[in-house]
Amino acid sequence: METTAIDTAAASAPALTPASFASSQEVRWCLGCGNYSIVKMVRQALAEIGTKPENTVFVSGIGCSSRFPYYVETYGYHTIHGRAPAVATGVKLANPELDVWIVTGDGDALSIGGNHMGHILRRNLDCQILLFNNEIYGLTKGQASPTSRLGKRTVSTPYGSLERPVNPASFALGAGGRFVARGIDVVQKELLGILKRAHANKGTSFVEIYQNCAVFNDGAFEAFAAKKAQADAVVWTGHGKPLLFSKGTKGLRLNSEKLRLEVVDVEGGDWQAAGVLVHDETNRALAQLLIDMPALAFPIALGVIYCDPLPPYEGAVVAQAQKVAATKKRDLQKLLSAGETWSIGGDASPAKN
Amino acid sequence: MALDAVHSEANPTHSTVVRESAVVRFAGDSGDGMQLTGSQFTLSTGLAGNALATFPDYPAEIRAPQGSTFGVSAFQINFGSASVRTAGDDPDVLIAMNPAALKVNLPVMRPGALIIADAGAFNERNLRKAGYDANPLEDGSLAPFQVVALEMSRLTLDAVKPFGFAGGDALRCKNMWALGLTLWMFDRDREPVVAWIRSKFGKKSEALADANIAALNAGHSYGDTVEIGLPLSQIQVAPAALAPGLYRTITGNDATALGLVAGSQLCGLPIFLGSYPITPASVILHNLSHLKEYDVTTFQAEDEIAAICSAIGASYAGKLGVTTTSGPGMALKTEALGLAIMSELPLVIVNVQRGGPSTGLPTKTEQSDLYQAVYGRNGDAPLPVIAARSPSDCFDAAIEAVHLAVEFMTPVILLTDGYMANAAEPWRVPDMSAYEPFPVTFYDRVPAEGRVNPYMRDPKTLKRIWIKPGTPGLTHRIGGIERNYASGEISYDPANHQKMTDTRKAKIDGIANFIPEQEVTAGAPGGKLAVVGWGSTFGAIEQAVQRARAGGADVSHIHLRHIWPLPRNLGALLRSYERILVPEMNTGQLKTLLRDQYLVDAKSINKVSGQPFRIAEIEAAIEQALA
Repeated sequence: METTAIDTAAASAPALTPASFASSQEVRWCLGCGNYSIVKMVRQALAEIGTKPENTVFVSGIGCSSRFPYYVETYGYHTIHGRAPAVATGVKLANPELDVWIVTGDGDALSIGGNHMGHILRRNLDCQILLFNNEIYGLTKGQASPTSRLGKRTVSTPYGSLERPVNPASFALGAGGRFVARGIDVVQKELLGILKRAHANKGTSFVEIYQNCAVFNDGAFEAFAAKKAQADAVVWTGHGKPLLFSKGTKGLRLNSEKLRLEVVDVEGGDWQAAGVLVHDETNRALAQLLIDMPALAFPIALGVIYCDPLPPYEGAVVAQAQKVAATKKRDLQKLLSAGETWSIGGDASPAKN
Repeated sequence: MALDAVHSEANPTHSTVVRESAVVRFAGDSGDGMQLTGSQFTLSTGLAGNALATFPDYPAEIRAPQGSTFGVSAFQINFGSASVRTAGDDPDVLIAMNPAALKVNLPVMRPGALIIADAGAFNERNLRKAGYDANPLEDGSLAPFQVVALEMSRLTLDAVKPFGFAGGDALRCKNMWALGLTLWMFDRDREPVVAWIRSKFGKKSEALADANIAALNAGHSYGDTVEIGLPLSQIQVAPAALAPGLYRTITGNDATALGLVAGSQLCGLPIFLGSYPITPASVILHNLSHLKEYDVTTFQAEDEIAAICSAIGASYAGKLGVTTTSGPGMALKTEALGLAIMSELPLVIVNVQRGGPSTGLPTKTEQSDLYQAVYGRNGDAPLPVIAARSPSDCFDAAIEAVHLAVEFMTPVILLTDGYMANAAEPWRVPDMSAYEPFPVTFYDRVPAEGRVNPYMRDPKTLKRIWIKPGTPGLTHRIGGIERNYASGEISYDPANHQKMTDTRKAKIDGIANFIPEQEVTAGAPGGKLAVVGWGSTFGAIEQAVQRARAGGADVSHIHLRHIWPLPRNLGALLRSYERILVPEMNTGQLKTLLRDQYLVDAKSINKVSGQPFRIAEIEAAIEQALA
């Protein structure tokens, strides 16, 4: 191949746009797939953050979601089923300067890769995890996934699924995640904000994105994702803001006797009088209550639900290595002859091979 | 083996025996500290200038019920004034700390061998636990052996009493008493052991160190002052005529860790080790986790899969990815190995083989992962496989594994095994300046037009370019899906898959032109019989072939470092012999490979008992093959 070395430092960097992050690859998701909306917002987030494409790495596993790296013009590694968090851990530890994004799905992250997902969260590796949850296996044509609802009929559960689903955000919180957020593919403005917050957080940022699979699970999230349903079915969390929905006519209050949330009516905008909770994203107990609200009886909480950062893992790894290395001298020849040695024939010099 | 004992005239107060070599086996409860005792005796043997080889033989249970036969831990050492290649066939001396240790080890003792037993431990309870109806020290059943029963327990208690130790705590010093006596037997300096005790226990408790030293001294003085006469006598083994130089003892796992560091320095890449604890490979993780000043990052992953995947991720990001494991862990890493092959990234995978299948025999040795290493993946997934032959050889083998990985952008499997991993031998410390560096260069040239093809290849080696993320202008995507030969983008094109599969195969096959031709270790090309081995059977085969040749037999020894691809001259070399015998600690895996590749009538001699080959077993097989 014909190549020329160019001095990239000298070249003035053009302003980044979402188009700067569009790769030459033709996007091959199904028509109507929620992933189109997500990739659009990720490209926009990257442009707005102003991140350098060459310092960004997208790591994915297997599934529809995991084709994602091909569609962003950065470094990308499309690995094997469920293992993206493990590969990403190696990438980040090898070069902490890289900005690492993991793209995964409900089956990839919580079924075959559940173990790695738990451990990356407890270690708090600095990266963004985007979990596209469509409650179905799409690439293998429609089997029940670990987030499929009880009773769900699929090709592999023709009489209805008998398994209770995992709640991804609850899993992340339980595993020790310090940043847990939820968004929907169709509400782009909020999704963009969540992506930027996730990037700003130093540590593992876990973002669950409800994503419509138009072919195998169409309309799974209509109850809150449909445009006309959103106002009554979604409570958007904002740090320091009251937990209101239905255009401010309803709110969430803590029943302190039963230690659970309840829905209250807000009269004339006086949410204080109604005892509506103010969201505190550093409050883990509140985050757990918001994540666990039962569907139908409650709205679904979306947005940055929990953000209480702790120092990231790779920083601790580097700091410990530097601290230890500072106290020791590097001398391989000496290391080879460590411990008790003896010389034979009066020659105490190492062997020339 | 040993020369006949002769009485020395030099020392009138003690009978002294001069031998060419000796095999000593320490055996006791797994809590008796037999491995520590053995390794300290090994160190003193090395310092005395003997050639040596050791065989730690311990149970999988950390603390099996006290006194039980399945909790017996043993450490065997063979040392001598001539070449020593194995831990020895039959022990000359057995130090048995309890009835169970005697019972388990008696079958390997030859008539006339010396047994030193702690009479104090042969009480009714311990005898019952070991399944003895009567005390073997008293019922005459040990008549074929020379038995010296000593009150080791009581003498140890007496020795450590002044330091405030009594009962069970005091008895823990019994191994040092036994070591003291053994050091006396072989006329060894106690100082290095004393220094070691001070450094090991001194920080924790001065009294504990004093007690252990007192027990050591008591054992030594016992031999020195008590006039027992034969069979307990001092034995002198003259130093071996080793090549001049600086020596130390080294185990295979220690040598592997050092070799990886050396390889990392020679290629100029920092090591990233992703590993998960598994017997008998964990020591490599332990050792490397200390070496942060050598740019070594160790990551104890959540499982074997994450261990290799993190190493692949690190290689992708531009470090030297390494993962270390044993058979069951290898099985779990299989899918990720395919990813490393498809991504064409350098990676070193160390498999310290153990008895299998499944959990098998975690602490026992075997060579039964050869098929797994060469063939064990989905798809046509070739990669180089190399094998170390002895503890110290793990050093050079690890360097070569690193070299092949970066030279050909490929995962490389290095096979060692539980025997060489734990066994020690003297090692002439190499001079690192004598090793040729093999520096890695990353690709950073931005194409004048179009996109970079990350699978652009060196026309000679067929290795692809290595672009580090972070390099401007070369963003690209790789992965486990087939790539287009010309662009590196995803491709499902049938002709392209054929081409890429052929290319991956040709790249690995081509390594045969890079590695040296196969040499004959002993003997010459052509003749009646070639004994072909690989791995830790080296010592036993070498000695067996030497003995057979000394007896006039037409037999040669060929030992393979390169299991895949095989050396380019091996086919012709094998065909130059009338017969081929392949000793292996499996049911015939290398034999199958040789028959498949060269259509030669290779015959097996197999052993899968968890114990290494005895020299005599291979000698007998040679005799039979030549009959």
